[in-house]
Amino acid sequence: MKKILAALAVSLMGLTGTAYAGNYPERPILMMVSYGAGGATDFQARIVTMTAGNEDALGMPIAIINKPGAGGRVGWNWFSGEADKDGYTLAAYNVPHFIAQSIKGGVDYSTDSFEPIANWGADPAVFIVGKDSEFNSMADVVAFAKANPGKLTFSGAGLFVGHHIAALQIEQAAGVKMAYIPTKGGGAAAMKAVIAGDVLGGVNNLSDAFRAAAAGNIKILGIADLERSTFLPDVPTMKEQGLDVDNASVNFRGIMVPKGTPQDVIDKLAATVPEMFKNKRVAKRMKAGGSPMHIMTRDEVKAMWAARQATLEELLKGL
Amino acid sequence: MEFIYYFGEVFTPVSMLLLIGGTIGGLILGATPGLSPTMAVALLIPFTFHLTAVHGLILLGAAYTSTVAGGAVSAILLKIPGAPANIATTLDGHTMAQKGDGAKALQLSFISSLIGGVFGVILLIFLTPVLAQWALAFGPSHLFWLAILGVTVIGSLDSNSVVKGLLSGCIGMWLATIGFDDMLGVKRFVFHPSLGGGVNIIPALIGLFAIPQVITMFAKGRFDTSVEQIKVKKHPIGAAIKEVLSRKIALVVGTITGSIIGLIPGVGGQIAGLVAYDQARKFSPERAKFGTGHSEGIIAAEAANNAMVGPSLVPLLTLSIPGSPTAAVLLGGLLIHGIFPGTDLFENHPDVVWPFINSMLIGQVLMCIFGIYIASFAARVSQVPQSVMAATVLGLAVFGSYAVQQSMGDVYVMAVLGCMMYFLERFGFTAAPLVLGLILGPIAESNFVQGSMIANAQNGAFTYFFTGGLNMLLIAVAVVSIAYSAWSELSTREDA
Repeated sequence: MKKILAALAVSLMGLTGTAYAGNYPERPILMMVSYGAGGATDFQARIVTMTAGNEDALGMPIAIINKPGAGGRVGWNWFSGEADKDGYTLAAYNVPHFIAQSIKGGVDYSTDSFEPIANWGADPAVFIVGKDSEFNSMADVVAFAKANPGKLTFSGAGLFVGHHIAALQIEQAAGVKMAYIPTKGGGAAAMKAVIAGDVLGGVNNLSDAFRAAAAGNIKILGIADLERSTFLPDVPTMKEQGLDVDNASVNFRGIMVPKGTPQDVIDKLAATVPEMFKNKRVAKRMKAGGSPMHIMTRDEVKAMWAARQATLEELLKGL
Repeated sequence: MEFIYYFGEVFTPVSMLLLIGGTIGGLILGATPGLSPTMAVALLIPFTFHLTAVHGLILLGAAYTSTVAGGAVSAILLKIPGAPANIATTLDGHTMAQKGDGAKALQLSFISSLIGGVFGVILLIFLTPVLAQWALAFGPSHLFWLAILGVTVIGSLDSNSVVKGLLSGCIGMWLATIGFDDMLGVKRFVFHPSLGGGVNIIPALIGLFAIPQVITMFAKGRFDTSVEQIKVKKHPIGAAIKEVLSRKIALVVGTITGSIIGLIPGVGGQIAGLVAYDQARKFSPERAKFGTGHSEGIIAAEAANNAMVGPSLVPLLTLSIPGSPTAAVLLGGLLIHGIFPGTDLFENHPDVVWPFINSMLIGQVLMCIFGIYIASFAARVSQVPQSVMAATVLGLAVFGSYAVQQSMGDVYVMAVLGCMMYFLERFGFTAAPLVLGLILGPIAESNFVQGSMIANAQNGAFTYFFTGGLNMLLIAVAVVSIAYSAWSELSTREDA
């Protein structure tokens, strides 16, 4: 009888969301993506979580829900305020996006609202120009911008996202003023503006630019990262071209939970999820899609968030 | 003619099974309020993980074409447009269903979807390189003028009054400004956290179209218990085919307008149906019958929204730029199998692309057959007593709004807009121009802001917006469109 009661109590605790990490997870898990279905974040989130149901991973599937809007603000506002803090609601994060947005204000979250679990990908920003452009290196771009202050138009996906941060860093490093044109509709719209010649250049995701360059539509002039990419071994970094731009604009994607989630649940996720990302099938799909993987543990992500917070506060102070 | 060699791949047992499954599933998903084509395709992506590239794409392509057509079912029978593409279908389709001709309306819509859809895919097969250049020709200034051209359509979309049509359009445009502005990074009219992302188009559509009729139905049942039972008439399929083919103007105008508009990235699918409907009315000798359950209205709208499917894939397949949200999801489906769209796609992966495109041709035919098969059963929905119907539609409206992004906020938005629309309708305003304003507002605004940012870095706004052949052409068409609306309004007044 006692055993039955105990079992009943445990199952009730599960139902009411009280954490009992010993058996966690006991039911399927939701993961919120704050961008629309079909976007790069959504697409990658679906791939990296596809093996969650395996016995050596979480043993329960992860279902993706999309809450797009306002550059991710809608989803993250919801996640910080309304999401259940029982480990059954995860979210994908995009750094530097959510950190930059919290510094600029107008949102309900900051890095203190969330607990990172693990990082799966890192997509650096690259500077691109149309295939027939006269620019062949960042030096050409900077020279044109110096001669024509404020006249070099270049596109990127919105404000206070990785592209915008890279744009600010490039302008600051070169000491020039250029015209950053944010587009509505994400990286695809910014890419279209470059290919169609609406703008002279643009900042875009390495993964998207890699495909567009392979198709012969654009030239990639530089990567805003510390090292060259294995996808584009011939494209030099900004630093190699004399522009002091670090990896602050690299779009890191990973999984987080809201603050207040029980510690044992966080520990279980932090131990399991990075291993889940290492699955061979996941790696194969990500590589096929041209999406660079970069697996980081909870502690590494914590350090990365803190470093970004400091850099971005400095960079956005003048705006 | 290379594509003919790849038809064999479509007719293998597995491909046919996926094609049939995708089509039937797509029709059902499309007919469910709140499940737009984009959502339907996104829901299917995980299944394609386990399929080969060809099979995965056949499934996605079939689902895409049939959800667009399936949206007509709820538009006609319940007056809930499944997606923006089906708004124009409600205008005549639902009125026709209320007269007991639901079966006819559904048959007309599926047959014209087939004709429009096949034409669109044929364009995709033969003219892709040419069309890709055309898709790129539209920069911010052109998209701005295109949106303004759409605004001129708003005026004539309300058949009763140009002024009321424009006023509804203004309300729609104002609603569209709610939310975070991505271009300048500020909040506008966000009184409640659920408005942070702005007014989502699908809950807005459901609220504006479905809720006023729910209120009316409830009110009728309260005051008038002897509500007339709608007698659903049977309609022979041969007559429907004859009808579609005899309405040549509507069919041709719908198909061509849909194909051209579908091609333009970022604008296409949402307004193709409404613009085609408006154009078909302007060209029609029976102009006055539009909005009263006229078959030309259904034919033009449905031919247009399926004609747009093929061309909307051109920017995706040739330039790797998804021109619509659904195309973005399809891009994911391609990437997952390591296939990168681009100019050399047709050379590197003909064994994947051609079966995919071919399957969309076959899928259109299957969609039409299954659609017509269910039409006569589905049409009986109109016989459901009003009290039951009102409750059912209300339930579906709540479900559909919630399903978009699992958010109660969207349900509130749906309910508030629906009640607002009920009172606006009492004063002679209609929902279609309001929705068009909601769709066109952001397109006009973001392209104007973007264009003026570019213009400021170049030669100034005047040269940017007012010079160049395409700008002038679009301005000229807009001016003609306004003049025509004003003229026809004035001339009908004199008649009266």
